[in-house]
Amino acid sequence: MSKSIIKVDGLHKSYRMGNNALHVLKGIDLDIKAGEMVSIMGSSGSGKSTLLNILGILDNHDRGDYYLDNVKIERMNETKAARYRNNYIGFIFQSFNLISFKNAMENVALPLYYKNVSRKKRNMQALEYLDRLGLKEWANHLPSELSGGQKQRIAIARALISNPKVILADEPTGALDTQTSYEVMEILQEVNQMGITVIIVTHEDDIAHRTQRIIRLRDGLIERNEMNGKYQPVTTSEIFTTN
Amino acid sequence: MFNSLQEIFSTLKQNKLRAIMTGFSVAWGIFMLILLLGSGNGLQNGMENNFRGTAKNALWIWSRQTQVAHDGLQAGRRIQFTDEDYDLLVNHFDDDISDISGRFRLWGTGTVTYKNEYGDYDLEGIMPEFKNIQIVDIEQGRYINDLDIQQFRKVAIISVPVKKALFKEEDPIGKYIHIDKVPFMVVGTFINPERRDDEQIYIPVKTAQRVFNGSNKLNELAVATNALTVAENKRVEEAIRTTLMKKHRIAPDDKQALGIWNTLEHFKQAQGVFTGIRIFVWVIGIMTIIAGIVGVSNIMIILVKERTKEIGIRKAIGATPWSVIRLVLSESVFITTLSGFFGLVAGMGLMAAVAMVLQNVAQSNPGIESTFYNPSANVSVAVSALVVLIVAGLIAGYVPARRASGIKPIEALHDE
Repeated sequence: MSKSIIKVDGLHKSYRMGNNALHVLKGIDLDIKAGEMVSIMGSSGSGKSTLLNILGILDNHDRGDYYLDNVKIERMNETKAARYRNNYIGFIFQSFNLISFKNAMENVALPLYYKNVSRKKRNMQALEYLDRLGLKEWANHLPSELSGGQKQRIAIARALISNPKVILADEPTGALDTQTSYEVMEILQEVNQMGITVIIVTHEDDIAHRTQRIIRLRDGLIERNEMNGKYQPVTTSEIFTTN
Repeated sequence: MFNSLQEIFSTLKQNKLRAIMTGFSVAWGIFMLILLLGSGNGLQNGMENNFRGTAKNALWIWSRQTQVAHDGLQAGRRIQFTDEDYDLLVNHFDDDISDISGRFRLWGTGTVTYKNEYGDYDLEGIMPEFKNIQIVDIEQGRYINDLDIQQFRKVAIISVPVKKALFKEEDPIGKYIHIDKVPFMVVGTFINPERRDDEQIYIPVKTAQRVFNGSNKLNELAVATNALTVAENKRVEEAIRTTLMKKHRIAPDDKQALGIWNTLEHFKQAQGVFTGIRIFVWVIGIMTIIAGIVGVSNIMIILVKERTKEIGIRKAIGATPWSVIRLVLSESVFITTLSGFFGLVAGMGLMAAVAMVLQNVAQSNPGIESTFYNPSANVSVAVSALVVLIVAGLIAGYVPARRASGIKPIEALHDE
């Protein structure tokens, strides 16, 4: 058995809403191995986004333990959290979250800016990733000039450029049509085959069924955690053959 | 450094007009500051120009009538200085006085003539030391010297306006002018920097006394002290006053009989006034800049608000709070420094232009130099303005930067 990349024990999280506390996560136990492709499902309000935020160190948990790559993640200052995010985690969002006034290449290169990579070097790497995702010709276009699928591919390239151990995708296909959604999922599967752990939050069954494991949340607890028997990994990696 | 500059440019390009408008308020503030400081400098230079012709620690001593009866003498007695007073001061204040000169003024001595030209001029007998008290620039020839005094020579030095009136284009050195029909040889010409237009003639004091029936009388005494501070100069002034009062049997409480003008005291007073003006100018200038800072700060806060999502993205992909602070601060400093620099250059340029115009005006109207002269803002002013700018930029960026660094990525990235 390969080692755990994400290990969570008895995770609790509540939000203060005026006078009442909203208990969102009520004791989550989770163990995700390196190289897995997992989806987290649940209706809205089930706590799946909160869980993802905590896993991405964008938010702190109240109780319980969280180990990322065997490092215990506790309440830490923002600088340290930023460094962990930069080194371990790549984010993909439903609304892409590209910076509107930067072109595709600059968007992809941005994480390297925070790693103090020189401009020339990071732009070169960004071009390389764009090339792999078939977007090289679009390198100098602004996000507003691209389609949803293209934007999400740029976001994937941005998530990949810092060589993360884990990709956290929050409804990555939520804003895309079915055809494009499947394309994006294919890319994510290929990313997964590079050895990167991929965790996808979704509420679409057909998206979830393209992952190895499906974790269902309900009211802040894990309702079911099952291996996906129907999982069919992509056999030919067209994009990342060089890796 | 270059990296962050490019970051700044790429964001500023988004809002060119806004950046320019924001920058303008700062540029304006600095422009006004430079203008005010330069004008302050101009006024001060003018004032110092006024004092340029006088030793800064000079004492001018003159006599009047007594006001108080004293020592068996009636009030209303006219005090007359003589060579004895001169000798008294020389002997008594050897340590305190660097130069001393008696002055013998010639009033109503008649006309000064040269060939067919004539005029009434300000005539005065002085000593060689006088040139260290009432400073004049020798244009031609020499000043009155000790031999002139000892040998009662009939020589004279004349101011340039006198030369122009009497000699026109002729070289006056070695020529004879007639003062009250007595011939005096011109040995020098001079310019009085305090009063360029004055028509003055200086002759040796001994000659003046002898030729014009002065016996040993002196009208005034001029002293340059060794004092460096106002207090010291004041002490010397008081000591001289007491000594002369005792000699002339003046009542100690008689404020009128002796007059002493303490140049240093008045110079320092004037300087004090200008220090006050300068502080005032800085206060006004800083206030103006504060208005600019508030403007920049305001805009930056809006900018941060608008960029909440972008900053959230940056944080999610690894931007540390410090790097966010730096992003906002450097933008703010960049805007203020660049626009401030434009204001600085514009202000300095205007000052230089004004100085040039003034110089031209001064050629036909020299009086202006004693009120407003060389109104430049110097390097130290520019440097302090620059420091003010950078500090201003930091202050302006502080609040927005703190806001930006406090942005929580989850909130910023929350889908509407």
